[in-house]
Amino acid sequence: MSLAIELFLEFALLSCVAFGGATALLPEMHRVVVENHHWLDDATFTHLYAIAQAAPGPNVLVVTLIGWEIAGLAGALAATLAMCLPMSILIYLLIDRWEGFAGARWQKAISLGVAPLAVGLIFSGATLIAQAAGFGWAAWGLVMLTVVANLRLKLHPLWFIAAGAGLGLLGMV
Amino acid sequence: MPPSRPDLRALFLGFSSVGLSGFGGVLPFARRMLVEERRWMSAEEFNAQLGLCQFLPGPNVINLAVVVGKRYQGLAGAVVAPLGLLAGPFAIVLLLAMLYDRYGSLPLAQSMLRGIAAVGCGLLFAMAWRMGGALKHKRLFLPFTALTALAIAGLRWPMPSVMLGGLLLSGLLAYWKLGQK
Repeated sequence: MSLAIELFLEFALLSCVAFGGATALLPEMHRVVVENHHWLDDATFTHLYAIAQAAPGPNVLVVTLIGWEIAGLAGALAATLAMCLPMSILIYLLIDRWEGFAGARWQKAISLGVAPLAVGLIFSGATLIAQAAGFGWAAWGLVMLTVVANLRLKLHPLWFIAAGAGLGLLGMV
Repeated sequence: MPPSRPDLRALFLGFSSVGLSGFGGVLPFARRMLVEERRWMSAEEFNAQLGLCQFLPGPNVINLAVVVGKRYQGLAGAVVAPLGLLAGPFAIVLLLAMLYDRYGSLPLAQSMLRGIAAVGCGLLFAMAWRMGGALKHKRLFLPFTALTALAIAGLRWPMPSVMLGGLLLSGLLAYWKLGQK
């Protein structure tokens, strides 16, 4: 149980800087879970990310999976709650007042200023997955192909996931 | 047509449908459900309230569910709506995790997961690319994107300090930029 509590505290702290959602947290979660605490290895971390991609639901569920692998059901619950709770409480308290601030200069400044950082975080998350998975040239080819196809074609993400699973099963990645 | 006023059950079920239908981000599904299908909010209200949800860190969709739940059913709604969003996908993901624990070490499962991870990685790069393209005042702010990526992915600096420091600098720059007109 103490492991679940430790997870809760680590992830609750991280959720407060998760601009760009759980996806933006991938590098930091990797640091906490794989590098600092050695709760998971690199391979498991990327596998969990892959499973979360293939499942429906909000992106935050990658955290649920990480919690489960580390501390079972208690870990899954602790990690998920930790990601959701702090900002949910804050937003519950702030929402009524928010309308009054609408359009204030400081508010626009933070929204404008935080966006480029969020992009950097998502980019870092992608780099980290590639590093942790130890991609070979075939996998990198698939990464590039996915980027181009996703930017060019209007296809449901599930098609990409299915194609990735298929190519993997055929031993081509 | 006046908006209907959902009870707790409707909130739970409405957000469950959103959670279960979304792959790779559920925000578009949330918008469709809230604005087009059930008309719990107008398009303008959606944009305004999403503003705060995106302004704060954390999962935006969960934040949005809290806001909508509170609006219609107070504290109970603010608990039930995000629960609806998470309960179904939570169960599915745990089921997949149990399958993984059991069969994940098989070579076939490993190959499949490697393929999905590669595609997932590509989807992330594409998302970053698209978000970068949509940045306002690109020339001014893209360097912050590059610096964040360098600090986090390259130098492996801890994220909380990078975000706080970066936000201070780019927020001040944005504040100055907004004052020039």
